[in-house]
Amino acid sequence: MLKIEGLTAEVDGKPILKGIDLEVPAGEIHAIMGPNGSGKSTLSYVLSGREGYEITGGSVSFNGVDLLALEPEERAAAGLFLAFQYPVELPGVGNALFLRTALNAVRRGKGEPELDAMQFLKLARERMKALSMPEDMLKRGVNVGFSGGEKKRNEVLQMALLRPKLAILDETDSGLDIDALKIVADGVNALRAPDFSALVITHYQRLLDYIVPDKVHVLMGGRIVQSGGPELAHQLEASGYASVKAA
Amino acid sequence: MPAVTETIETVQSVTEGTYKWGFETDIEMEFAPKGLSEDIVRFISKKKNEPDWLLEWRLKAYALWQKMEEPRWSAVSYPAIDYQDAYYYAAPVQKAKPKSLEEVDPELLRTYEKLGIPLKEQAILAGVEGAGETPADGGRLPVAVDAVFDSVSVATTFKARLEKEGIVFCSISEAVQTHPELVRQYLGTVVPQGDNFYAALNSAVFTDGSFVYIPKGVRCPMELSTYFRINAKSTGQFERTLIIADEGSTVSYLEGCTAPMRDENQLHAAVVELVALDDASIKYSTVQNWYPGDAEGRGGIYNFVTKRAQCRGKRSKVSWTQVETGSAITWKYPSCVLLGDDSVGEFYSVAITNNRQQADTGTKMIHVGKRTSSTIISKGISAGRGQNTYRGLVRVAPTASAARNFTQCDSLLIGDQCGAHTVPYIENRCMTAKVEHEATTSRIAEDQLFYCRQRGLSEEDAVGLIVNGFCREVLKELPMEFAVEAQKLLQISLEGSVG
Ligand SMILES: Nc1ncnc2c1ncn2[C@@H]1O[C@H](COP(=O)(O)OP(=O)(O)OP(=O)(O)O)[C@@H](O)[C@H]1O
Ligand SMILES: [Mg+2]
Repeated sequence: MLKIEGLTAEVDGKPILKGIDLEVPAGEIHAIMGPNGSGKSTLSYVLSGREGYEITGGSVSFNGVDLLALEPEERAAAGLFLAFQYPVELPGVGNALFLRTALNAVRRGKGEPELDAMQFLKLARERMKALSMPEDMLKRGVNVGFSGGEKKRNEVLQMALLRPKLAILDETDSGLDIDALKIVADGVNALRAPDFSALVITHYQRLLDYIVPDKVHVLMGGRIVQSGGPELAHQLEASGYASVKAA
Repeated sequence: MPAVTETIETVQSVTEGTYKWGFETDIEMEFAPKGLSEDIVRFISKKKNEPDWLLEWRLKAYALWQKMEEPRWSAVSYPAIDYQDAYYYAAPVQKAKPKSLEEVDPELLRTYEKLGIPLKEQAILAGVEGAGETPADGGRLPVAVDAVFDSVSVATTFKARLEKEGIVFCSISEAVQTHPELVRQYLGTVVPQGDNFYAALNSAVFTDGSFVYIPKGVRCPMELSTYFRINAKSTGQFERTLIIADEGSTVSYLEGCTAPMRDENQLHAAVVELVALDDASIKYSTVQNWYPGDAEGRGGIYNFVTKRAQCRGKRSKVSWTQVETGSAITWKYPSCVLLGDDSVGEFYSVAITNNRQQADTGTKMIHVGKRTSSTIISKGISAGRGQNTYRGLVRVAPTASAARNFTQCDSLLIGDQCGAHTVPYIENRCMTAKVEHEATTSRIAEDQLFYCRQRGLSEEDAVGLIVNGFCREVLKELPMEFAVEAQKLLQISLEGSVG
């Protein structure tokens, strides 16, 4: 599914990723933990193709395709989804219109027929109900005036609609109350399938009680410095990153 | 991968030029000799078989024009126009004014078909006859159309049905013949002949345009629309529109326009006069899509237009909505003179400038009556090397007690070579009046574009979506069918503006 080898990248001439090696086989969910500023969001932006991140070395293959050669929208069409750490506001753009435009863009990319407004509404209502989101969120501007938690849930709704092959969740659990945390976890777990993988970036072991990862990686100083099973998250929770450095 | 093919197609369509209305119609035309003189004014008047009073009226305008200086106060710049090097009359050769669509030159009908303008009543009527205000599922509301080709009106649809309600909707030359008393009573009462340089020119040589009269208490049962097309070379277009809404009547009117792609600049100097009497309401929507010139700024229409409404009656209302995407230069200020107590003026505008386009547009709200109120919502979008100026005047006379105005001007910049300017003039001479002005300037942020692209939208689609969101307050004022067209137009106008 996803294979990252020796990936290095810099921002404004400053090296941030210093050689990432990571493989996420199809059907697996991996967690990435690491201190603030260690490069987790940078990794998610590099994978999704954001401008301003210069790749200085290494390679990323996604289902056999050279991911780094694709435009961001082509990566999305190929099945890559990023739930943003800080979802962006689009004033005046109705959430429903945005979601439908995105869904149809991705469907077109997959060669599937586009959904009209009615078909879309039916699907969206279904998915929203599953995420306990109030329907009026469809009418509002994309993320405009949404609370922190609502923004995160809106990201999960988009993921549920777009049904990606690889989802990267960048601190989607931050700022969520306990109930919302479960809802988000359910959203991810509902997508679990042999051809679905996820990279879950988080600071808290708590989320991993609900989304049980196959592997946990520790990203520090732009490198994966340790990998292990779910127990690694518990260990970090107990003793912090100092223990990793010592290891 | 399909997404890749699509991106390539988008890029190609951008580099090949995206003005989709730039074709030329090959049709036999009749021209007056080039240049402007008293003789030409007489020629036009005679061609139109006009009564003496109208000829006199034109000649007075011509005399005024000769003494006037071309104004240069706007923020736009362009080379001097040679007024003697243009044709002032160009008309498709027709024996007599066709009585039905069957008599209209098929080449002309095809032109309008290509432009997507419905000139066939039956086609639009099918399935909606009797449906009233709401169209049948997926059906379209009928729209009555007056089609103006170069200097003359070639067809007006739905006339019979409108006549049943006592509504007059025809070309202004026809109205001069059939309703001379109405034309004489109102022509030039909102925009006098000597109002400004271009209005004087228009008054002297106007060739056609639309005339609308809605009788007392009548709600016009359908949208009325005029579609202007400049086709002939080196031809100025000077149309004149006059709309009168009598007491308690309501009308919604749309105006659309296109022109072929040419290297030369063509002048369009129209005059629009609206009169709303007691409790009457006029909604005037424009989707202006004149040829904007190419990416280097060659060719395109100079759009110097005088549009003004008088809310003469108590509680009367005029609402201007404009989407300005075309023209090399746009210079216009649809205005409302609020004379009647409690009358209301509204101005909703989206103006886009891309490549080398220049727009200096805005409105004037003149409050005279008591408790008059006005709302101005202006959205300016600049891309490429486009320059966009909002210029607005809110004047409150001492008589306009408790008048209110709210103005909001938002500018959106795409790229770093374009400009947006806001020039509000406020003259408040009434203690009890309240005038509010808000302005913002923003840029399409990189994170917004990336967010959209991460969700699978192409860069062009992302810009289109964000721009449409930015303009939403204005677009929602447009009649439904136009709103969809306008949204597409916004996107087309901005193709190639990013990346
Ligand atoms: N545009 C930029 N210019 C300079 N430095 C940057 C830029 N963007 C990111 N960085 C730096 O890159 C480093 C990694 O940032 P990143 O956002 O990837 O961290 P993170 O692991 O996601 O942190 P957090 O847990 O706080 O979200 C930080 O030191 C940050 O300051
Ligand atoms: Mg981060």
